[in-house]
Amino acid sequence: MSNSFHIVVCGGIVPDPLQTLEPVIGPNGPALKNELLLPHVLDPWAAHALYEAAHLAKAHAGSKVWLVSLASKAKLQQVMMTVAQRVPLELVAVDGPSGGFTDSFEVAAALAGAIEAIPGLDRTRLLLLGGWESASRAAGATMQMVGERLGITEQFQGVDELTVGEDGSLRILERVEGGQHQVSVCSGPPAVLGWATGNLPEPANSPQIGMQNMRLILPALQKAKAAQVGAGCTFANVALPKQQRETRMVKDTPVEEIAREIVEWIVAE
Amino acid sequence: MEVDIVCVGFGPATGGFLHTIAPKLAEMETPPTVICYERADGLAFGVSGVATRARGIRASFPELDPAQIPMAAPIREENLLYLLDPTGASRRSVPVRMLDGIAGIARDNHAVELPWIPGFLRKDGGLVLSIGQFNQWVSEQLMMTGAVQVWPGMPVAEPLIEKGAVVGVRLADQNGEPGMDIRAALTVVADGPVGPVGRRLDEHFGVPPDFERNDWAVGSKMVVELPSDCPLAPGTVYHTIGFPEPDIFGFFYVHPGNLASVGIFVPSWFDSPVRTSYRYLQHYMMHPFLWQYLKGGKLRSWGAKSLQESGRRGEPWLVGNGYARIGEGSGSTNVLSGSGVDEAWTTGVQLGESVLELMPEKAPYTSENLKRTYVRRRREGWLDQESRVAENARNGFQRGFLTGLIGMGLAGVTRGRVTVHANSRASQDRVQPVERYFGGRIPAAEIARIDKQCRTDGVPLHDRLMDRVGWPKIPFDGELLVSHQDALLIGGKVQGAAGFGDHVRFVDHELCELCRRRICLEMCSGEAIAPAKDGGAPVFDREKCVHCGACLWNCDNIQFAAGGGGLHSAEN
Repeated sequence: MSNSFHIVVCGGIVPDPLQTLEPVIGPNGPALKNELLLPHVLDPWAAHALYEAAHLAKAHAGSKVWLVSLASKAKLQQVMMTVAQRVPLELVAVDGPSGGFTDSFEVAAALAGAIEAIPGLDRTRLLLLGGWESASRAAGATMQMVGERLGITEQFQGVDELTVGEDGSLRILERVEGGQHQVSVCSGPPAVLGWATGNLPEPANSPQIGMQNMRLILPALQKAKAAQVGAGCTFANVALPKQQRETRMVKDTPVEEIAREIVEWIVAE
Repeated sequence: MEVDIVCVGFGPATGGFLHTIAPKLAEMETPPTVICYERADGLAFGVSGVATRARGIRASFPELDPAQIPMAAPIREENLLYLLDPTGASRRSVPVRMLDGIAGIARDNHAVELPWIPGFLRKDGGLVLSIGQFNQWVSEQLMMTGAVQVWPGMPVAEPLIEKGAVVGVRLADQNGEPGMDIRAALTVVADGPVGPVGRRLDEHFGVPPDFERNDWAVGSKMVVELPSDCPLAPGTVYHTIGFPEPDIFGFFYVHPGNLASVGIFVPSWFDSPVRTSYRYLQHYMMHPFLWQYLKGGKLRSWGAKSLQESGRRGEPWLVGNGYARIGEGSGSTNVLSGSGVDEAWTTGVQLGESVLELMPEKAPYTSENLKRTYVRRRREGWLDQESRVAENARNGFQRGFLTGLIGMGLAGVTRGRVTVHANSRASQDRVQPVERYFGGRIPAAEIARIDKQCRTDGVPLHDRLMDRVGWPKIPFDGELLVSHQDALLIGGKVQGAAGFGDHVRFVDHELCELCRRRICLEMCSGEAIAPAKDGGAPVFDREKCVHCGACLWNCDNIQFAAGGGGLHSAEN
């Protein structure tokens, strides 16, 4: 039987995690300092989901991948210049804030609305993928709410592996405590999979995929609708975590040395 | 894959080219396919604060509102400072010490503001820019036309040359797979002064008879968030000479948003074999004049880049069958005014206008057609006329700092008619062995001991030698004064993109073993080149490389190929 899927990946964009980020209170509420100046990337959690989606689509002829992204159009365009070289996809852009200072409920509503409006989407073959968490907000709730709004009851979070059986069933490994996986099997789509890191590397850049995608990306950006996000909640305060990153780059440090330093740090704390 | 026009590298020159042609292409029913590949993983990778007259840029954007470009501001105040040495460690010749003595009479915070800036240096009516933000701003507009495609994260390895013509480019290998060939009617080469495509063209087609590229510099800069009480207004510009070493020039440009670009240029005629730009930049920032504004500031980004300082003398063949060269790699930098971005942009505009002239004629991109359009425009424009004036302006620096200043002054005042004559030598031919440079300051036996210890520790010599001759320790504060390695992370994103091989290779390892200068690792902007503990060729760590290319022009024994990654910080 045909096991083709309609795979929708929800993926926002975030300032590159290697940049120095600092929250500030702006005229429209909390924001990141100089946010518009910072380079952005596809949320790393969602990026794993996208690579898994591409792999799945390649392995199952007739499948298709949509990337639904709620972000500022200008920044999304920059990110697409890189992402669109890696994975064949159709972009569904929703114009709105992506800095993490939003309410998951509103974000989920905007994403679900955009997904429902995708022409030709077969909901019986729908696999809804996204990040289990987000680099900008680790609530881990958005994908669950998007799935609920779309009426999808088979939901899996912290996914590391998906295997499609010959009968179309989905065998899913979810992370649980103790470095172990919970193994679940469901009969097939529709399903929500919130990905952890997965197992796939970042795909290589492909000029052909880039050119193919770009034909649809610009129109998608141009017709992106503004999302009603950000009015529903207020933030009393934002602050940097107390513990700051202390980075050293030392090659070939023995494991024992690393362990010793960690113990010293814990004791000092 | 086949396209109509392929561009190599996205900087101001390609920005000018694409900005010129994109609106016309967007009007066409079946526009040609125009694609640009950029090595860095984002289009805001550019490393420079810029103070520019912006004549070419303003001509392309007649209604330009600087407020639309992040970090851009009109220049409102321009100053030229002579910085005295507050540390006593700077290596100053007797004439320079005499100059210090005279200047010291009128000093303020160990600095003397010159009452007058020569016209050839002034940037009247110009702009302060962040080149990274400017590039990003341009790219956003280009992409929204839908007429051209710009792809970052895709290094180009080499040109495709068939029967004496360039027929496209070959992308870098990825994941062990050969790079794809992109065939094009026109290849626009704008990969800068150390780009592999431009260098391969020079090797294959040769260079003009008077071609010479001995003069280089590493520009190292930071974007700093100034203290909230800093009184400097956006658009304030300081050009500096005299410190940390007389040969090292510096700049301090104030952007909107309480940000500033602060940087230095370490030139190839600076004879020290331990010419680390990063530590010198920190000493520069801590000069009392600058520190009064920077103290309490915060590092937001850092970066380094090679600058081709031979200007028009480094102009290669601009065109050939199937290709044209634009930007800094085409010798467009004006070494008298110290201006390169606007000039690079203008070369792109000139090529864009030429392509638009040839398209309706359906004329092929032959050497002849490109000469009658692009080269003609270039020769007739202000850029070329001014670069001829500047051509020999910096000759004097081959003979010393003061002779260099005199030479620049003479060239500027006489519009290039009078210049200082000097035999130009490549960096590796003139830089001195460590023992000679520090002769009289550190005994040779002690240098040998320090050298041995540095090899054992796998670190360059420069920090320990600078400590030894009296440069004060940098008081790291974790905010603005951070270690070189922390700057790689705090100041941006340095990474060796997955799937690409090492782009720096040492050709003859025995030669490396014998080398007494090892400028490659002393000048490495990212500490990506380190001494091997067991001798032999240095060790290259591409995860730290910022692709500045300094190793390339400091040593003939290095291969510098196309590679992915490198520094990426949007605020550069």
